[in-house]
Amino acid sequence: MRPSTRATIHAALVAAVLGAGAAGLLAAAVLPGAAQNAPSAVAIDNFTFKPQQLTVRAGTTVTWTNKDDIPHGIASANNAFARSKALDTDDSYSFTFAAPGTYQYFCYLHPHMTATIVVEPAAGSNAAQ
Amino acid sequence: MRESDRNEGVSRRKVLECMTWAGTGVLWTITGGVPRSLGIIGEAAAQEARGLTFLQISDSHIGFDFKAPYPNSVGTLEEAIAKVNALPTKPAFMIHTGDISHLSLASQFDDADRIISQTRLDVHYVPGEHDFVDADRKLYLERYGRGTKGAGWYSFDANGVHFIGLVNVFDLRAGGLGNLGAEQLEWLEADLKGRSASTPIVVFAHIPLWTVYPDWGWGTEDGARVLEYLKRFGSVTVLNGHIHQVVQKVEGNVTFHTARSTAFPQPAPGSAPSPGPLKVPADKLRGMLGIASVTFKQGEQRLAIIDTPLEG
Repeated sequence: MRPSTRATIHAALVAAVLGAGAAGLLAAAVLPGAAQNAPSAVAIDNFTFKPQQLTVRAGTTVTWTNKDDIPHGIASANNAFARSKALDTDDSYSFTFAAPGTYQYFCYLHPHMTATIVVEPAAGSNAAQ
Repeated sequence: MRESDRNEGVSRRKVLECMTWAGTGVLWTITGGVPRSLGIIGEAAAQEARGLTFLQISDSHIGFDFKAPYPNSVGTLEEAIAKVNALPTKPAFMIHTGDISHLSLASQFDDADRIISQTRLDVHYVPGEHDFVDADRKLYLERYGRGTKGAGWYSFDANGVHFIGLVNVFDLRAGGLGNLGAEQLEWLEADLKGRSASTPIVVFAHIPLWTVYPDWGWGTEDGARVLEYLKRFGSVTVLNGHIHQVVQKVEGNVTFHTARSTAFPQPAPGSAPSPGPLKVPADKLRGMLGIASVTFKQGEQRLAIIDTPLEG
């Protein structure tokens, strides 16, 4: 799962570098407000998910990485996606969000830690429109 | 035990009832149904010195073994157990208030059991969230859950004191605190029903049952319900772990106490950006880890709790 995640991030970075490219502009025009170049990585740092809200396109693989000395675990607030194993320091968990929607999640070891993934329809898709 | 109490003519609970006001006058004891005075307090205390002493350890986090100043959780648990074995009064039994392991691995539970069993004491466990990392909670419950209800709660009696082990680390909800749930609360209500208000109660659970610091999740969502059920009891002691430091509070008849960890300390509520392990110089660490010994003496409403650090 990791290599494909890296590929996704890499693609996103390339897109960021070529941000002024026609494809980027077209996508932005089709989906106003969609974070075309948003990172698909979430860092767990100091008992906080960063960023607190991540917006991605459907089909994006989101990867959480634990940078704390203490393990954390990712769980969907309403069981909308698979729960991670406990992530020890520097461990990662990835999940590919196929369906558009708003996904609230929390750390199942420290449930006061919460954050959100917003999944927008994939570029060129009419899915949720 | 309750059956035999009844057969003594005057129940043990009745004895305790007499003794709760002993602080102001004559102490009574009842042997074979015949009440007799033990005289004034000092004299009586000498005769009744034998109380019930038990021990609390918590948050051994076996498997948390990497960065300075926390060289190894196995080593510091071994030091804690050496302290237990060196206590002048041998405790009747031990309670462990959870986070036995760091990641619920069989090898971590094995290491903990190997070290803790050196005390040759009965140990009554409740789980911490680190012991429930596997979604079906199998690893903990297979090992420590025999004879318990639901996610591992239970009660037992010792020397006329009623002990209740609660589980507040399952079915945790996004944004929430520790959680007991309706099923466990119903069980607790039934468990306490019909018990005399003079029965001393000791409740133990991993996450504090009262709100210590909600921003860090240090509290239990439905903990107030427990306190409501316990309101009518004259002596209630609530023992918790989870926060890796000693915090004590007395509210009416209820004494709340949290024990130190045997593995690593955590910051005082709100004193750091997060509740992550407190970084302390290696020579200060053992002053912040330790065990707690709890003594119940008949006639005293409050249990005497002595926290002993590993060093200093």
